[in-house]
Amino acid sequence: MEKIALLVEFKDEQVKKANFGMATLVRRAGRMPCGLVINAPADGAKAALAPYGVEQIVAVRAAGPDGAWNPERWAGAVAAAMERFGISQLIGLTSPQGRDLLPRIAARLDAPLVMDCIDIDLQKRLARTTHYSGKTLATIRMSGRCAIYGLRPNAIEAQKAPAAAETLAFDYAADDGGGLAVVATRSGDSGSQNLAEADVIFSGGRGLKNGENFKLLFDCARLVPGAAVGASRVAVDAGWVPYRMQVGQTGVKVNPRVYIACGISGSVQHFAGMKSSGMIIAINSDPHAAIMANCDYYAAADLFGVLSELRRQLAAVGEP
Amino acid sequence: MPLFRIYVCVKHVPDSAATITVVGPNRIDTKITYLINPYDEHALTEAARLRERHGPAEVVAVCLGPVAAENTLRSAMAMGADRSILVVTTEEHDSIFTARALKCAIVRDGEPGIILTGKEAIDTEGMQTLFRLAANLGLPAATNVVKLTLEEGSALAECEKEGGAVDVLRLRLPCVIGAGKGLNTPKYPTFPDIVRSRKKEVLKIELAALGVPAAESRMEIVELKPALENRSPKALTGSPAEIARRIAVILKEEARVM
Repeated sequence: MEKIALLVEFKDEQVKKANFGMATLVRRAGRMPCGLVINAPADGAKAALAPYGVEQIVAVRAAGPDGAWNPERWAGAVAAAMERFGISQLIGLTSPQGRDLLPRIAARLDAPLVMDCIDIDLQKRLARTTHYSGKTLATIRMSGRCAIYGLRPNAIEAQKAPAAAETLAFDYAADDGGGLAVVATRSGDSGSQNLAEADVIFSGGRGLKNGENFKLLFDCARLVPGAAVGASRVAVDAGWVPYRMQVGQTGVKVNPRVYIACGISGSVQHFAGMKSSGMIIAINSDPHAAIMANCDYYAAADLFGVLSELRRQLAAVGEP
Repeated sequence: MPLFRIYVCVKHVPDSAATITVVGPNRIDTKITYLINPYDEHALTEAARLRERHGPAEVVAVCLGPVAAENTLRSAMAMGADRSILVVTTEEHDSIFTARALKCAIVRDGEPGIILTGKEAIDTEGMQTLFRLAANLGLPAATNVVKLTLEEGSALAECEKEGGAVDVLRLRLPCVIGAGKGLNTPKYPTFPDIVRSRKKEVLKIELAALGVPAAESRMEIVELKPALENRSPKALTGSPAEIARRIAVILKEEARVM
């Protein structure tokens, strides 16, 4: 059976939930998923991934003089592991780390790569993604010795398929990082939910009026499991919240189960980043905002009134 | 002191607000407004900043695109590029080929001190050309760079990652830098900048004349379809408390996320 590698991603030393959908995709194609785990505990990865049908874990060690993390060395290690274990297809996540690693691996192997896939046919090597700000769906045929895919988080719903997994070790001889060294890493807000992988997003725009009012959204997000807070371009350009919270064409592309747009008018560029959301709920004081015509539920109402009530309601739902 | 050449790779892309019409199985109608890829504006602004601090230097914009992409290069020059190179093609190319063509155009022109570009293009969002260009040239690369400092023989790049985490990378020069949004605020051209840009040089090279080596692998768009918008909005009405209650119920019972 063809083995297909998954580039397993961790957050705070736990296997990210978003990895499980990659395993499901491989099982669905009747192929064998093999998890590549780099400089991380293989036992934890095995325990997390075996229930989703991952039968093999390759524990890759790739440390160098500048420490455990160096994207170029990691890319070299993945390329070498694929070679060593006869793997010609690799799937990773279109996460910040995936955006750094997958193109490096593809460049090293001179292999085709499609990022932000919403579906993949692993048998025919066809990748489906969106082009032109989500306005078109493209099907891309990949030809070459290998094929690499970056899956959009949440695009494939994970299904349990328990398997017994074995662990293999692979040591990657240290390379010098090809002229790239990691001088320092500064951690961000650990524990916070990554926007691109969130199940629910409370997003704020011009209607929020200032940075202070985003507290309402953060409060709501804390009460919903897997929820994160996003923002429109207006809100980040005004300096109310950092750029990394921007959803849209030139921000993060998100794919949550529910996107709650608060005081966001819904420009084409904003839709480019969230139109694939499972459900869109718009709350806006302006009944003529574009988003009201392109969502699943809309409330033309006092935004702050609804949000403070919603915070109260969500707190009540969360209680046993 | 030898001239420090800063190459900025730019892409000619449809305006994000343009209506995209699919033509045939896998093309779009190109009779729409095109402009410079927004992330490339950050790369150009940074290039102009580097030139001021590290003279003598020149900024050269490079583009693979149709004849009409000259407009995008004029914008690049209005934003600070001293001259530009347009590799003229009539086809769409994948990033494997594009990176090869950009390499040929740069190598033919001169020795790069540093190469900048946007971290991705907003049309096909491949996120990879800069890494392929770097690999083809044997150079290190960094993406989503939000702070860049040149040192003796190396560049210090701060790359934004998940949740505001940052990697500080040291890259041997020359290197390829993928500009992120936080790198700077693009300096939009004034009218005199635009007038001056009209006098600057756009060197046009036919793709065939560049002798780009063929690649063994490729990515080919076999089908392009308009994405359907099929939501039917339902109104939530009543007092703020009633609306909030409905939303809580929807989250719990319909979306099942609670």
